Amino acid sequence: MRDLLSINDLSKDDALEILDTAVQLAALSDSSNRKFPTLRGRTVVNLFFEDSTRTRISFEAAAKRLSADVINFSAKGSSVSKGESLKDTALTLQAMGADAVIIRHGASGAPAQLARKRWIDGAVINAGDGTHEHPTQALLDAFTIRRHLMQDKGDLAGLKIAIVGDVLHSRVARSNVLLLQKLGAKVFLVAPPTLLPVGVEHWGAQINFSIDEVISECDAVMMLRVQKERMEDLFFPSEREYARNFGLNAARIAAMKGSAIVMHPGPMNRGLEITAEGADSKKSVIVEQVANGVSVRMAVLYLLIGGATSRDLTAQIGEH
Amino acid sequence: MNSWLIRNARDLQGKNIELMISNGKVVDKADFVQPYSELDAQGLTVMPGFVDLHTHLREPGREDAETVLTASQAAVAGGYTALSAMPNTLPVADTAGVVEQVYRLGQSHGICDVFPIGAVTVGQSGEQLAELVAMNQSEARVRIFSDDGHCVADPLVMRRALEYVKLFDGVIAQHAQDPRLTENAQMNEGEVSARLGLKGWPAVAEEAIIARDILLAEHVDSRLHICHLTTAGGVELVRQAKLRGVKVTAEVTPHHLLLTDELAATYDATYKVNPPLRTESDVQALRRGLADGTIDIVATDHAPHPQEAKDCEWNAAAFGMIGLETAFSICYLSMVKSGLMSVAELSLRMSSTPAKLARYSDHGELAVGRSANIVLVDLDKSWKVNAETLKSKSKNTPYNGMELPAVVEKTFHNGVLVYDRMNQGQEGV
Repeated sequence: MRDLLSINDLSKDDALEILDTAVQLAALSDSSNRKFPTLRGRTVVNLFFEDSTRTRISFEAAAKRLSADVINFSAKGSSVSKGESLKDTALTLQAMGADAVIIRHGASGAPAQLARKRWIDGAVINAGDGTHEHPTQALLDAFTIRRHLMQDKGDLAGLKIAIVGDVLHSRVARSNVLLLQKLGAKVFLVAPPTLLPVGVEHWGAQINFSIDEVISECDAVMMLRVQKERMEDLFFPSEREYARNFGLNAARIAAMKGSAIVMHPGPMNRGLEITAEGADSKKSVIVEQVANGVSVRMAVLYLLIGGATSRDLTAQIGEH
Repeated sequence: MNSWLIRNARDLQGKNIELMISNGKVVDKADFVQPYSELDAQGLTVMPGFVDLHTHLREPGREDAETVLTASQAAVAGGYTALSAMPNTLPVADTAGVVEQVYRLGQSHGICDVFPIGAVTVGQSGEQLAELVAMNQSEARVRIFSDDGHCVADPLVMRRALEYVKLFDGVIAQHAQDPRLTENAQMNEGEVSARLGLKGWPAVAEEAIIARDILLAEHVDSRLHICHLTTAGGVELVRQAKLRGVKVTAEVTPHHLLLTDELAATYDATYKVNPPLRTESDVQALRRGLADGTIDIVATDHAPHPQEAKDCEWNAAAFGMIGLETAFSICYLSMVKSGLMSVAELSLRMSSTPAKLARYSDHGELAVGRSANIVLVDLDKSWKVNAETLKSKSKNTPYNGMELPAVVEKTFHNGVLVYDRMNQGQEGV
């Protein structure tokens, strides 16, 4: 694997290797040694055309813990805002010698173009492109689910996971549907029909218009952020109507299985897709998702540009 | 050189024929003027030059993408002897002055005929009718009007336009695209757009306008032409309308006869086009529609764009692909090789029918006494598309690197050899 553009780039074994590596890295990070020399001398560029503080700092922390040099290139205040093309930006980074480019872009497919046109020699990692995919978010979600429900081992066979909300515009949902099903889980997509894409029936997930029909049988419920401007585009009549029908509230939390967990990729709209009771309940693993994100992104960087497999990890770290 | 004797050519019935050309016309022995050049057309099929009713020449305004000259060169390299210049230039061709300018540019180059299409509304803004009679009575003699690139979305404006062009036997060529249903749309809405996260362009956005306009044309008994049909549902609407006797005609582009929305999965904006590439079942329906005559003609929608307009994010890229030089090969591949129609039938759809529809009286027929607008094609050879060697100033072809059947060898315009693949069309240019 050269780039990580889509979950489709990963076989099931590739995905499990990333998760297993992340488990090891998480364990090592918990001990006193929080920094590894693995990527010393390598340059990782965070190329962010869209604001996303949490994803950017997560990748930055991951790269720094592996001792990589990190360059943050934000579209704001850069030449991009003066109309520089994606191509010219890429060529600039290439000239600087980036070993990996982590790209967040508002246009679906922008990372694929960077990789396919080979404006850049380094690995391209998709950190969220338009309404297409966000593969490392799905990996960290799978990691979190596996940690809580499968003791960090194997795949997700037998689990039932609901993804609730604005599936139409969600790159998180697209990557998660692909990955969770690849790992053997059964996925429910719960949304008003306006927020499901035409063609969603080909995704293999079960479609439900009612959260209450499925919530009691799910092992994990993943709430998606709903942008308030969707209301103006006629996707739903009002925030209150959305929250009543699709929001995760105390009553719905109470209906969940005892072992089930609540997830959200952040940032949350408290009171819209999730109430404070939902966000702060004992079932919520939302804060933990953030910590797991660093481990998973370390694993991705390690496997992609460290030129190694998970079997090398213990040996390599043992040398130091 | 005024006269040509073309020997050993095959006509569309497969008969060996000899053609004499003098003073720009196909002649018989009595009118054949000496001296003459002789052309041995062994192995070549001769047919009337192709006629395109949908071309973007970009001049005036975007001469970086294409000019009347380079489009004309591309046209004859593809076997076309007549182009119809869409009005979405800068300024828009919505006055007699602009259409005459484009017409005269075509004439002055003398490579092929360039017939301007006038805008339906002022500035193609869809609000106020442009001076259609003035354009019709200009030297350019415009009969086809279109806001192509934009839909005449307001039903009242469309009704008035349809009625008004009856004044001079004109036709409104509609770009059928409901604007509200396609705001910021990027590709066909369906399984692929859902997967790629690109905003969908539903078939219904095209079909709803086609259905409405058919009813309007029926109501006011006027001529309606549907540009670049792309959906199975659209084909069915036109089929039913024709059965009722509505004066509707339709065109399909070569790319919609071959390519599908799966190509968007590359995120290569070369495949971004308006209307978008559709599904395989749409492609099959379009082919059947062209074969059975529901779709009257092939039109290229040749849409040149400079490299930077395509070498960028899909969302930011321009819509359109070039097509003049590959049109015949793509149609031959899609329609003849697939067994759906004969070369003679394809020739009708690419030459005689569009010429009749547009009233281009010097085109579309190969007969003694008619203008010598002729193409010679080798149906047994194939060629490999190389974007860099195409004549068009822009290189946004979706077929780069593909091996295509049928090679355009020579094109005559008004009896002048304007394209010869052997010496790359220098003569007459």
